[in-house]
Amino acid sequence: MVPFNILVAVCLVYVCLLFLVAFVAERRAERGKAGFLRSPLVYTLSLSIYCTAWTFYGAVGYAARSGLEFLTIYLGPTLVLVGWWLLLRKLVRIGQSQRVTSIADLISSRYGKSNLLGVIVTVICVVAATPYIALQLQSVTLSFGVFASGTPEGWALPNQSATALWVAAGLALFTILFGTRNLDANERHHGVVMAIALEAVVKLVALLAVGIFVVWGVAGGWTDVAARIDASPIGDWPLVPGRWIGLTLVSAAAIVTLPRMFQVMVVENSDERHLATASWAFPLYLMLMSLFVVPIAVVGLSVLPEGANPDLFVLTLPLAEGQGKLAMLAFLGGFSSATSMVIVAAIALATMVSNHVVAPLWLSLRAGGAKAPGDVRGLILMSRRVSIAAILALGYIYYSLSGGSAALAAIGLIAFVGVAQILPAMLGGLFWRGATRIGAALGLATGFLVWLYTLYLPSFGAGGLLSTAILAEGPWGIGWLRPQALFGAYGLDPLMHAVFWSLALNTFAFVAGSLVTFPSPVERMQGLAFVNAFDHDPGAHGWSRGGAEAEDLLTMAQGILGAEEAQEFFRTCAEAQGKAGFLPDTTPDFIDRLERRLSGAVGAATAHAMVAQFAEGAAVSAQDLLAVASEAQQILEYSTQLEAKSEELERTARQLREANDKLKDLSVQKDAFLSQISHELRTPMTSIRAFSEILKDPELPDEMQKQYAGVIHDETIRLTRLLDDLLDLSVLENRKVKLDVKVANLHDLISKAVRSASNTRPERSFVIHRDQPAEHIPVITDTDRLVQVFINLVSNARKYCDAERPELTINARRRGNRIIVDFIDNGSGIPKASQRLIFEKFARLTDTARAGGAGLGLAICREIMANLGGTIAYLPGQGGAAFRVSLPAKPEIRAQEAA
Amino acid sequence: MRPERRLQRFAMMRDLVLTAAGNFGDSRIGMARRGEVRRHMGRRVLLIEDEPHIAEAIRFLLARDGWSVASHGEGTGAMEAIRRETPDVLVLDMILPGRSGYEILGDLRADPALAGLPVLVLSARGQAEDRAAATEAGASRFMAKPFVNSEIVATLRQMAGG
Repeated sequence: MVPFNILVAVCLVYVCLLFLVAFVAERRAERGKAGFLRSPLVYTLSLSIYCTAWTFYGAVGYAARSGLEFLTIYLGPTLVLVGWWLLLRKLVRIGQSQRVTSIADLISSRYGKSNLLGVIVTVICVVAATPYIALQLQSVTLSFGVFASGTPEGWALPNQSATALWVAAGLALFTILFGTRNLDANERHHGVVMAIALEAVVKLVALLAVGIFVVWGVAGGWTDVAARIDASPIGDWPLVPGRWIGLTLVSAAAIVTLPRMFQVMVVENSDERHLATASWAFPLYLMLMSLFVVPIAVVGLSVLPEGANPDLFVLTLPLAEGQGKLAMLAFLGGFSSATSMVIVAAIALATMVSNHVVAPLWLSLRAGGAKAPGDVRGLILMSRRVSIAAILALGYIYYSLSGGSAALAAIGLIAFVGVAQILPAMLGGLFWRGATRIGAALGLATGFLVWLYTLYLPSFGAGGLLSTAILAEGPWGIGWLRPQALFGAYGLDPLMHAVFWSLALNTFAFVAGSLVTFPSPVERMQGLAFVNAFDHDPGAHGWSRGGAEAEDLLTMAQGILGAEEAQEFFRTCAEAQGKAGFLPDTTPDFIDRLERRLSGAVGAATAHAMVAQFAEGAAVSAQDLLAVASEAQQILEYSTQLEAKSEELERTARQLREANDKLKDLSVQKDAFLSQISHELRTPMTSIRAFSEILKDPELPDEMQKQYAGVIHDETIRLTRLLDDLLDLSVLENRKVKLDVKVANLHDLISKAVRSASNTRPERSFVIHRDQPAEHIPVITDTDRLVQVFINLVSNARKYCDAERPELTINARRRGNRIIVDFIDNGSGIPKASQRLIFEKFARLTDTARAGGAGLGLAICREIMANLGGTIAYLPGQGGAAFRVSLPAKPEIRAQEAA
Repeated sequence: MRPERRLQRFAMMRDLVLTAAGNFGDSRIGMARRGEVRRHMGRRVLLIEDEPHIAEAIRFLLARDGWSVASHGEGTGAMEAIRRETPDVLVLDMILPGRSGYEILGDLRADPALAGLPVLVLSARGQAEDRAAATEAGASRFMAKPFVNSEIVATLRQMAGG
């Protein structure tokens, strides 16, 4: 027998292994080496969280109790996946284009970004998932018990409740550590998915190993097993068509509506084509998982003593045969099934709770709404962590309340029927444009209540949450309201009874509600985008005019996506508009993109509400309404095409205009440049000439002679420096500079620059904040040139920062194959109108006396960075003046030379 | 040649050059020193010039010539300085921080009290179109940098009426 302590040790080692796999996968994904992480195989394996401990242990129990009926649980998903292009493809497509974060978000987004629907779906999912999570805790605890007692008959673990508590706490910790590292659900949890894929392999291998052992080790091969099946009651079990159809339907619904399935299938999906692979590979996986269920059940029934729990045959059979190691493997398989389900379910549910409950509450409670800057990101991450812990706590409470007695399969089915209530609203939303928010809310609420009353509450047993009297005679003695015989529907199996009434009433309320109400404009547009997901790209229909300041939007986005993500997003959008820097024009198209990007983090409803606070006339323009009114498909398609064409024309025109402007500018610039140089040269020459003439006066007192000679000396140096700068700039601009590429530590370079710049306005106290450990990044570049850029930025800050207590923060880090160094001071920054000018030659913003340079510093910096294959840009929205220097980690110097 | 002798020779040459300059090259300054200083005593000039060294040089030259000199170092507040100092002549740089010389000239000419004030525009941009633009804007005289010391003094005297 396996000692209990070793079992615990094995579990811990296994969890550590999962942790490691997740960690490595996450790291690789961060570095952009996610290649195999995005393979269709990993995707398919991750779908296997459908097979929880219920499937692993419970299917055998199910077969032992009800014969082949357990197959329906595999049949439903198989049908859905084989017919993937009907439903799944559309779901995934919409999931990507609308950046859907959860099933609640999908429903909310479809029905006009309604948060009410998000809340209803969240509640349904949390309530339905609670028994399911309890079930996993129960199965892990039971299987511990099997080993603890050492004999197959007794399950008495000395302290079962404590074991379950430990398991719940451990799972919460693992989930928090790996599920809430990223905020944006669309960023995907590579680590978690990889760990789940590994668990999928473990559980399949474990179940196959036990099956092979049972068929060829315990029984005498297939023929013997077949004979035993004939002899056992399983062979005679009657096939009830109603139950078969009902169960297949419910499990088919579950695979798309279970929050955890939606998470792996839609949210974590990185490529629509993976569905094509999964459509055959996942049914194959299910088939392999079910291959040995009946043999194990039959052999268990005949070999093990009467009264042994069939839910644990997978464990007890090897144990009874003295196969400790095999039992251990089976245990790990069950453990894998339970943990993977709990982890993903908790992540999915926590995302819903934070996006649909916490974020809207926060938004309405705060005085300034989204406009007041703040760390929304931290709040949401924290709320997700707390939600995960709370969800597992709920599961544990359910487990304690229900006493862990009910058969595994029964609990699983209750949850299935619960989430199936989302199906009408989902299918209606995807295929019926007439479906409305009110209809969906009515349907969901009705289905949910009927399910609670007819299935969920009775599941605690007579005398549990519903009194025996209510169960037997109905509330207040009204017979037709009896939970398990609604409207006098006697004699139906309780499960089928609940499935029938909940789904029928749900669908009725949904359809009726939709028919009598009218959708709002936003609903109509979302409906159009969902129903016609394949026909056209969901365009920017939501926002009429910009009106929003790009800088305000950036500040808000930074609070949600994190500074780096937000800046990168804004930069890309600006680039797409043909603008440099970080502030794109706030076109309706851009605002729409931003909203969808934010949706990926906080859900559609919250994102919409937040953006609405900035974009004026957040509602819908007359154009949009017209677009909706002329819903004729052809017109729409035609106009979409036209739109695309006119957009393209506009882009080309803009590019041409810009090229033309540039050419004109060049000639003007040349004249202006000469005139500027003449000015810059004449100024010091004037002083030199005037003072040298004055010095000729023999009557001039000595001390004045000395002073004026000093002026001449200083002005000559100024002249020389100007000429040096000009020559330097010309060499840099022609890319003829000879680079002296060396390997160095970025930290040393920054220190050198800070030291060299310290003689700029040395009389002023100036604080520099650095994260020194983070600066130890190797760089391969022309270090002298890079230091020149740094010196320039630091001494500019020292010169121009107008804060009372000037401070400069230097931030260095590596992102992918780029090194980024930010210089942010706490002054009043650079006015927006000047931000575009500062990198131009002689673009000095203040008076010469203070600056003491010719205004070529930043122009030289820009050219140096271009020579080094990097960039320097002004970073708006950081409070003070902020500059970002970015250079390649590995030199791709002179990349622009060919251009 | 021994070093002492070389130094002696150098001193002689230097004196020669200085005397020549005093007699011919800078004759007007010489005249001013001898007799005309009094005539310009108390003439007021205001310099609007952002380069401190240039302002200092002009201030030295004019003070030596007997002017009373005030200066202002930027475009902003220039009008206020003019109204405060009530100069007889204004020396105006064109490229100034805050407001340009053109803007200041425009304001001056629009103000009836100041429209007649003689203004010498001093510019580091000496091309023909710069000169034309300054005259157009209302400059009385235009002088490019670098200037000849004696010329700027003589011009200002002339502008101040005498």
